[in-house]
Amino acid sequence: MWNEEKERSASRRVYLKQQKRRRYLVFCLQWLLLFLLLALWELLGRWGVLDSFVVSSPSRVWRTLLNVASNHLPTHIGVTVYETLVGFSLGVLIGLTLAIGLWWSPFLSRLFEPYLVVLNSLPKIALGPVIIIIAGAGTRAIIVMALAISLIVTVMEMLSGFLHTDEDLIKMARTFGASRRQIFRHIVFPANLHTLFNSLKINIGLSLVGVIAGEFLVSKAGLGYLIVYGGQVFQMDLVMTGVLILALVAALMYQAVRLAQWLCTRFISHDRG
Amino acid sequence: MPLQEALRVEHLTQTYQAKNGETAAIDDLSFSVREGEFVSIVGPSGCGKSTLLSIISGLLTPTGGSVWVYGEPVTGITPKIAYMLQRDYLLPWRTIWKNVIFGLQVQGKDTAERLSYAEELLKTYGLYEFRDSYPAQLSGGMRQRAALIRTLAMQPDILLLDEAFSALDYQTRLAVSDDVYRILRREHKTILMVTHDIPESISMSDRILVLSGRPARLRAEHDICFDLPERTPLLCRNQPEFSSYFNLVWKELDVYVE
Ligand SMILES: Nc1ncnc2c1ncn2[C@@H]1O[C@H](COP(=O)(O)OP(=O)(O)OP(=O)(O)O)[C@@H](O)[C@H]1O
Ligand SMILES: [Mg+2]
Repeated sequence: MWNEEKERSASRRVYLKQQKRRRYLVFCLQWLLLFLLLALWELLGRWGVLDSFVVSSPSRVWRTLLNVASNHLPTHIGVTVYETLVGFSLGVLIGLTLAIGLWWSPFLSRLFEPYLVVLNSLPKIALGPVIIIIAGAGTRAIIVMALAISLIVTVMEMLSGFLHTDEDLIKMARTFGASRRQIFRHIVFPANLHTLFNSLKINIGLSLVGVIAGEFLVSKAGLGYLIVYGGQVFQMDLVMTGVLILALVAALMYQAVRLAQWLCTRFISHDRG
Repeated sequence: MPLQEALRVEHLTQTYQAKNGETAAIDDLSFSVREGEFVSIVGPSGCGKSTLLSIISGLLTPTGGSVWVYGEPVTGITPKIAYMLQRDYLLPWRTIWKNVIFGLQVQGKDTAERLSYAEELLKTYGLYEFRDSYPAQLSGGMRQRAALIRTLAMQPDILLLDEAFSALDYQTRLAVSDDVYRILRREHKTILMVTHDIPESISMSDRILVLSGRPARLRAEHDICFDLPERTPLLCRNQPEFSSYFNLVWKELDVYVE
């Protein structure tokens, strides 16, 4: 990440070239692997080793995708993506705010510690029926579900990162008369950018789990609903299409977070890692 | 010519409270430092030297006694005093320039005038071309210098140094202390430096205060005088008086180290 040296020696050039080639190789192999897996899936179905009626096949998924008019696929995708993004953003925002509050007040953080630990291990999905009754059987309940699942983890991750900030850096800031707000802004937060992005990456998965579980329960729209519906009417093609789209959504969100991290470390502050 | 008194410590006492009991760190300590003087404090490890500097800087409120700077009591962080910690503690995600102006930013003093003073310091002390580098790209000595500039940029009257060179290897340490000494003399600062290192204290200071083991009390005080037209730490180390000063201070510390 350091500024590239101006004058590059010959061995440095060779090294950089090798690194580049290796990255390229890994990238190609990753796509090749995906292609091989899909081909295997297709062929095993055609040869009768797998029952395509149960596990579907890439060609059947493709046909399902083309058949959007009859299965309202775009609507379902839209609903799920919307719920996930809202749940994810709220989880991060509220989680971060709570973590900051708890860092601010050591008293509160000690007070709430056992509650956080228990809430963290509690399977939040068990609260599903209660959430549906309170928030109504719709989008709102699903978002609350996604939030319930990702929030506590965010709070715990971020708080532990904040609390483990190098004490000596904080002391250094205090020798310059920094206020608690300034210490947070200039020391604690930048020192934990890495933690923040890790927690964002984990939250993508957690919000998706929350949204799909919510859609299973609410059963009105979304990929979760589509999957449940597909299962009930024995249309496994629909189920597998839903799962594949979910994988794609997760991958895209992960890449978006990585891009944000890259931008952040490049333009706003420098990453230590 | 009696110089003005810059710093006075009166009957200072500090007792730490912890779950497993009380620790008396400082016991009835009094001394004063004149303007422009370079005073070292030596004492056995753990005797309460860092505690003393924390109190003088206003970071810590003592359990007893008081600290006065130019006749005014210290009750919190004051712009008259700057405190330099044992290691450089440069922020790894800031460039050298951003690190150097950290204190100014925090205190809202990043005026054009102060910023250009900071820039001037970088130029004078050979770090200007590294202003856009990150701390990890600099050597230990350069980082220490950057930390010193960050402190000097605040334009304090009194500087507190807590074992400011102990993180450096021996060679670098000699060079950096020589370097820092020149810088501080040039900027006409009053200095109170804490150290373990007796030769370092003798080579740099005008006066040495020897503390007892914990709780810290004032055990002895020595004026250090070298017959040199222009004094630098490295030159002092080669003077005949050096070893007699060393023996003097070492014996006093020795009693308490055992
Ligand atoms: N925050 C604190 N709470 C309780 N005890 C403390 C605290 N800070 C320091 N002490 C104790 O006070 C004593 C003096 O500590 P201090 O750090 O001032 O010593 P020091 O002379 O600077 O030591 P060193 O030579 O190792 O730097 C030590 O015994 C230490 O354990
Ligand atoms: Mg100390």
